[in-house]
Amino acid sequence: MSLDAATVRRIARLARIRVDDTEVETLKSELNAILGYVEQLGEVNVDGIEPLSGGAQMALRQREDYVTDGEIAEKVLANAPDREQNFFAVPKVVE
Amino acid sequence: MAYMLEGRTGAWEVVVGLEIHAQVISESKLFSGASATYGGAPNAHVSFVDAGFPGMLPVINKECVAQAVRTGLGLKAKINLFSRFDRKNYFYADLPNGYQISQFEHPIVGTGIVEIELQDGTLKQIGITRLHLEQDAGKSMHDQHASKSVIDLNRAGVALMEIVSEPDIRSPEEAGAYLRKIRQIVRYLGTCDGNMEEGSMRADVNVSVRKPGEEFRTRCEIKNVNSVRFVMHAVEAEAMRQIEVWESGGEVVQETRLYDPSKGETRSMRSKEDAHDYRYFPEPDLLPLVLEQSFVDDLAAKLPELPDEKRRRFCDDYGIPFYDAGVLVADQATADFYESVAKGRDGKLTANWMSGDFFAAMNRTGKSIENPPVSAADFGALLDLITDKTINGRIAKDVFEEMVETGKAPGAIVEEKGLRQVTDTGAIDAAVTKVLADNQDKVAEYKSGKDKLFGFFVGQVMKAMQGKGNPALVNEAVKKQLG
Repeated sequence: MSLDAATVRRIARLARIRVDDTEVETLKSELNAILGYVEQLGEVNVDGIEPLSGGAQMALRQREDYVTDGEIAEKVLANAPDREQNFFAVPKVVE
Repeated sequence: MAYMLEGRTGAWEVVVGLEIHAQVISESKLFSGASATYGGAPNAHVSFVDAGFPGMLPVINKECVAQAVRTGLGLKAKINLFSRFDRKNYFYADLPNGYQISQFEHPIVGTGIVEIELQDGTLKQIGITRLHLEQDAGKSMHDQHASKSVIDLNRAGVALMEIVSEPDIRSPEEAGAYLRKIRQIVRYLGTCDGNMEEGSMRADVNVSVRKPGEEFRTRCEIKNVNSVRFVMHAVEAEAMRQIEVWESGGEVVQETRLYDPSKGETRSMRSKEDAHDYRYFPEPDLLPLVLEQSFVDDLAAKLPELPDEKRRRFCDDYGIPFYDAGVLVADQATADFYESVAKGRDGKLTANWMSGDFFAAMNRTGKSIENPPVSAADFGALLDLITDKTINGRIAKDVFEEMVETGKAPGAIVEEKGLRQVTDTGAIDAAVTKVLADNQDKVAEYKSGKDKLFGFFVGQVMKAMQGKGNPALVNEAVKKQLG
């Protein structure tokens, strides 16, 4: 598997990361190197082996349905780049 | 009669599948301890988990899992003891993490069946593909500020059930009936309040059209339709648009569209061009959700009686027609009210009175079944007065109105106004004699063959008795005296 420049641009757009044209080639070879490294796993024969969902064979911990959090609007908004009263504010996005 | 849309090139069949998003009734959110209550001050019901702060980890809410299983059981669906969460990646300002935790490959509930009823009484089964648990996003508002959109994350992280149907729906009517049926089931189960105005239930509608007998053609998805009526309109509007595209030689493109109720049309949402590239992958912060069969069995044992079962039982236990039973089980409170009145009484009489005078009074006074125009006890007492022949049906209607108006008990009204039915045959005979004597011309007409006048005489006698005569006895007396 090998990524082309267009795919690199598409991935960047989906992740909302700005990538200059000058960076595309570098990113392409770096990403391809990562993919190539991971693809070594393809050499292992996994016929008849169930996919594993996690390393630890333990059950998902579940919590009781109580309200134990929230009501901390000031803290939640503390790092917001912009706010309007107690709302987060972002550049206008309209359909 | 199958629903078909007539185009220039002949008839078209409509194919519809619905994805219903139903907000789970719970105290706290799916993966955080913040309140799941609707509304509240902006960003009040938000924890660091919901706001996507670094290092925060999701912990699943046991009750939300139980609610999804209950709903699955209500949809007669397969419960998957093994399910798993995945990240659905997309970028939007009201999705703080940049991904929604959802279930893609292994949903908690598999295939099921829902039965819908159409206007003409036809029953049809609609397949359920799956139900999965996922998080809701926050809410963006675009009209609060001139140059900015503002965001409230109170809803972010609240548990949703996405219920996906098979493409078994073939008309706007079926789409509406299906949505109403799902809403009825979740309300009975207490797993979602079904409130479409507040957005706790909304539907994505998948529509395509085809010539009868063809394979499926390309579909479009209409996002976030928030009422039964709009779903029905959207299906029709979108089907008409697609027929026009096909018939003018074009091709329908798979895309996400928006229904505009004010214009009655759908339009493309260009901003969602990338929307289907979600790059799902297993959620690394959560282990698979593994349920014990005993947990499912326990929930199944405690499941309330569902509308279809209740309807059939009402027919059997109370001897009422299938249609009437359907009206009474429309919602649980109405069914409970009916049952509390009908128990130990004439089920048919109770049903007739409820569908007639009772609902009419409820609508007229703007009351509800939770705050009824007359209490179940008083309503029952009124029916008892009819059954034991203290009053006749005609007078009962007046007593009922008086009850609605004054809140008095029926027995008190009957005594106060002297409305007891007259069963004294002497008094009835006297009234009949007088009416016949006063209308000798009519009597002559009757005797020369104008049978229809019989009703007139009965009416006059009842009138003379202020409506209090026993109808059967009056009939009999009139018949006898006319010879």
